[in-house]
Amino acid sequence: MDALPLRSRGVSNFVTVRRNLTNHVVTGVAIISTILVLVPLVAIFGYLLYKGASSLNLAFFTHVPVPVGEPGGGMANAIAGSGVILGLASLLGIPVGIGAGVYLAEYARGTWLGAAVRFTADVLNGVPSIVMGLAAYALIVARQQHFSGMAGSVALAIMMIPTVTRTTEEMLATVPKSVREAALGLGIPKWRTVLSVSLRTASPGIITGCMLAFARVAGETAPLLFTAFGNQFWSFDLNQPIAALPLQIYVYALSPYDEWHRLAWAGALVLIVLIMASVTLVRIFANRGVLKGGN
Amino acid sequence: MGVDIRVENLNAWYGPVHTLHDVSLHIPANHATALIGPSGCGKSTFVRCLNRMHETSPGARADGTVLMGDIDIYKDATPVEIRRRVGMVFQRPNPFPTMSIYDNVASGLKLNGFRKKRVLDEVVERSLKQAALWDEVKDDLKKKSGASISGGQQQRLCIARALAVDPEVLLMDEPASALDPVSTAKIEDLIFKLKSQYTIVIVTHNMQQAARVAENTGFFLMGKLVEFAPTTKIFTNPSDKRTEDYITGRFG
Repeated sequence: MDALPLRSRGVSNFVTVRRNLTNHVVTGVAIISTILVLVPLVAIFGYLLYKGASSLNLAFFTHVPVPVGEPGGGMANAIAGSGVILGLASLLGIPVGIGAGVYLAEYARGTWLGAAVRFTADVLNGVPSIVMGLAAYALIVARQQHFSGMAGSVALAIMMIPTVTRTTEEMLATVPKSVREAALGLGIPKWRTVLSVSLRTASPGIITGCMLAFARVAGETAPLLFTAFGNQFWSFDLNQPIAALPLQIYVYALSPYDEWHRLAWAGALVLIVLIMASVTLVRIFANRGVLKGGN
Repeated sequence: MGVDIRVENLNAWYGPVHTLHDVSLHIPANHATALIGPSGCGKSTFVRCLNRMHETSPGARADGTVLMGDIDIYKDATPVEIRRRVGMVFQRPNPFPTMSIYDNVASGLKLNGFRKKRVLDEVVERSLKQAALWDEVKDDLKKKSGASISGGQQQRLCIARALAVDPEVLLMDEPASALDPVSTAKIEDLIFKLKSQYTIVIVTHNMQQAARVAENTGFFLMGKLVEFAPTTKIFTNPSDKRTEDYITGRFG
């Protein structure tokens, strides 16, 4: 069947031209915005590669820092320390964050307590990271009378909680009511429905939220300044000061020595690559075994 | 095997809105019963009271007696216990999108803690055969997501999922209204086959559908059950003027 010509449907030539033009303009704006978003990211990464790649060698990943003036040395202890601090922070922050998100989405709809928790999470999200460090200092370091990796993990965990909580809540809210009712209709108890159906359906978004929270705190320096404190030697004792990549970069970048500056660049490059790698790994791992819906 | 349902003076509210008024009727076992009426007449609310799903909506409550066999579902049992005996199929197909076809069918058992693989395999095969879906999906049971098959297949998957927990009653809330005519015919065939083993209650907008599948039909209007009678009587010789007006298309 032949389509009616546009004009006989009451659409003038002028209107058609205007609509096409608008379409092109909007598409163009979207493309330019995308480029504007990507440019700083690529530029930063490129500059880090340019400045840092030349200082990277095996020793960087296997040796601890050496005193000024001595050649060589690396950040092995800082890389490992960051791993330990972040691992513990995730272990503390993610379960609490997801739990609070589940409470908000599934049990506290329309209650004053839910509104209070939601408001608190949003405020917490806006608290400057140095204040988190001070809080952990006051709560843990001041009481124990010494710096510790544990205090750093707690500070980072508290920073992760609001992001994880709010994304978990938002993602659970996108799970259709019909899917929940399907589970309840089978005689599956509510707690089981929440765990095995709602959370599972929302899991890709929740994992993204956890990764966002992780990536955000992975580069934080301020909360670690008066908690984990830093360490020039190997240490995995969470009860003692512990080295961390952002701290090491901070110290080296502020130093007056060229050799340390080069190591700081290399450290920044390693930090950004490690964050990207861990986020990518989690994503691949999490996607495995999850069947894709949709037609 | 199906079970008789006796409803006495059932009332339901959404917050302050009184949506069901003193409904009483007897739904016989191992037959299909159709509920018809215009949109908003309370027929969906009524079936949602039969498995206590109504009360899961915020501010909703129900009051009255619903006897399933000799159990008063509002007094003698918890909602979870009732829903294991009363399967439900919804208006829009709602398979679990993150689960395979197999896991969708097995979900009612698995998520209630049942894990014996050999029995699960049998139940999945039997339920999919009952729902006339087995031949179409048997090669993709664990490969495909429940949401990746066609809408008509999804709805039969949902029926299989409901049958897998071996219910006595099957509630169907406009099960074919989102489907094309071919899929609709398959669902109707199914209801016809299944009704010898289950008590089936089907809400429908389609009066031909009611006439085709159900022995008894109830007509709802503005939250009240206007008339309940054998389907042939409802459609050929209704006793209430309002029923006659509705089925002849004078309103609704």
